Amino acid sequence: MPLTNQLRDDILASVPSLRAFAISLSGNGDRADDLVQETLLRAIANIDSFQPGSNLPAWLFTILRNLFRSDYRKRRREVEDAEGNYAKTLKTQPSQGAHLEFEEFRAALDKLPQDQREALILVGASGFSYEDAAAICGCAVGTIKSRVNRARSKLSALLYVEGAEDFGPDDTVRAVIGGNG
Amino acid sequence: MMKEVKSQASQPGAPRKQGGLNAEIQSRIGHQLRAMYDDVVRQGVPDRFAELIRKLDQPGAAQAGGETEKNGRD
Repeated sequence: MPLTNQLRDDILASVPSLRAFAISLSGNGDRADDLVQETLLRAIANIDSFQPGSNLPAWLFTILRNLFRSDYRKRRREVEDAEGNYAKTLKTQPSQGAHLEFEEFRAALDKLPQDQREALILVGASGFSYEDAAAICGCAVGTIKSRVNRARSKLSALLYVEGAEDFGPDDTVRAVIGGNG
Repeated sequence: MMKEVKSQASQPGAPRKQGGLNAEIQSRIGHQLRAMYDDVVRQGVPDRFAELIRKLDQPGAAQAGGETEKNGRD
């Protein structure tokens, strides 16, 4: 369909969540914004292939996800220092304790295989249905469900069970769960 | 009930994967994930993107996007 004012507004309204998706995927604020910019340019250049009435955010997320994946293969090595850059994109610096917890979470998320990470973000943070997430990732709904489940198990193991050997698992888990006040 | 279900970490003495414990961890993970994401969403639309879309308003400007390659879902 042609690029109407309405469509332009809708695309612009998707920018905040596209950025959040890009940053969650890449861990790097600058690179994420480049990804968003390229996504917008491609979306507008290919606006004729957008089906009126279909899910615009899902369409845009698909473009961004595909760009990220083709880019990622080339730049795998550069992803390493992601955490520091991510912190710069935060408007308010979290307090020390919260910041540490955030860094740990971010580091654990980065340890997930990419398939699992993107599935978890799409379903758990972007709020897409399993069906939409499957369409965005070009796979079956069951595959998305199993990726999300594996991502959750792995994060839970990394964040709440992994250090267990050092401290005794019960105490660790209790401390984590009880000490979140 | 009597049968002990090993957690996936399966270290000796690791906590059993009880509904309550697991649910609490999962809810905590969900919360952290959304907190990370929503922090960016709340930043709104940076000027550079508003500007970009506005510029594309002008005739012929969409060519700035260049490629005809399709990325979207058909």
